[in-house]
Amino acid sequence: MSDNVLSGLAEIVEEVAGVAADDVTAEKSFVDDLDIDSLSMVEIAVQAEDKFGVKIPDDELANLKTVGDAVNYITSNK
Amino acid sequence: MTTFQAPQASAGSRIIGLGSYQPETVVSNHDLAARMDTSDEWIRDRVGIANRRIAAKDEGVVEMAVIAGVKAIADAGLAPGDIGAVIVATCTMPSTIPNAAAQVADKIGVKAAPAFDLNAACAGFCYAVATGADLVRAGTAKNVLVIGSEKLTDWTDQDDRSTAIIFADGAGAVVIGASDDNQIGPVAWGSAGDMAEVISITDRDSFIHQEGQTVFRWATTQIAPVAIRAAELAGVELSEVDVFAPHQANLRIIEAIAKRLRNNGAREDLKVARDIVESGNTSSASIPMALDHMRATGEISSGDVVLMVGFGAGLSYAGQVVRCP
Repeated sequence: MSDNVLSGLAEIVEEVAGVAADDVTAEKSFVDDLDIDSLSMVEIAVQAEDKFGVKIPDDELANLKTVGDAVNYITSNK
Repeated sequence: MTTFQAPQASAGSRIIGLGSYQPETVVSNHDLAARMDTSDEWIRDRVGIANRRIAAKDEGVVEMAVIAGVKAIADAGLAPGDIGAVIVATCTMPSTIPNAAAQVADKIGVKAAPAFDLNAACAGFCYAVATGADLVRAGTAKNVLVIGSEKLTDWTDQDDRSTAIIFADGAGAVVIGASDDNQIGPVAWGSAGDMAEVISITDRDSFIHQEGQTVFRWATTQIAPVAIRAAELAGVELSEVDVFAPHQANLRIIEAIAKRLRNNGAREDLKVARDIVESGNTSSASIPMALDHMRATGEISSGDVVLMVGFGAGLSYAGQVVRCP
């Protein structure tokens, strides 16, 4: 798993949802552990698209349950 | 070849009157939580709404439009006979014919008025202002009454917690008159018909459905550029804008767009309409209603530079800079 993508994503999550970046670790569930709702997920996706040059469509978002899922998706699609 | 006469054009147009109407019945988040699986906190977090107003059974798009229209005409210091055309922006009439505008004109006392409805959903008010401003500037009509009026609750499944918490009823109106100096900027407008299905009423017995995430993404990424373009077309720097009055769709969308405007030069003290908190989403009525409420409380003043932008089903969008009457 890419540490750069993880730390970049953690910064985005902190900015959008106010979750401390250190708490954004691979095994965490966006919804259950980080309390991030569906609209914040869209904001995170939009910023991740800009930052990593990747497309994250809305129907793909539903599959990204954990931070690790998102890091893997970004890493393999950018 | 004979040249046909053209009407006497005017140098510009401006908003000269403003008015609004909300039904009496207030539905709070606690009222909703008592009858469906939701909570005050959940609703405030997702859409930023605390209360919304819903119309009575015998109170429709026409009745609400009439009250808002009468107030706007009085605010302009005019009489109904001074109005040359009536445009009602609405997408919630109970049937496709008759339209609202002819009945509204009749009830207000604008005799034999040119009157038509305009459906650009939540962008309808800004579309109608653009149309009305051009009618006035071209000399086709002397004063145009533009009303956004919606009874969204007629088209909302009151058991659907994703829409029942959002949609509400009401009307807002402006009168547009001729002016030697132009105080309504050119419209920045357009549509995205390839996304038509993301907000729709699928058949005539059905209710409004929207794909929340897709609409949210579209609104938070595509609408700030429309607002910025509207300012450019008017020759106004974003730093000169006093008031940002977007369609009151969702407080998180409003704040996301406002943030992008500030990142592009809008002032930190830009006043941002947040009427949705107490009024809910009233589609084409939301912008004039927000302005009327903000002016009534003294939050904004006559002469302020207002950047408006509407966006919604179609998908459609439109924005322009106007001077607060």
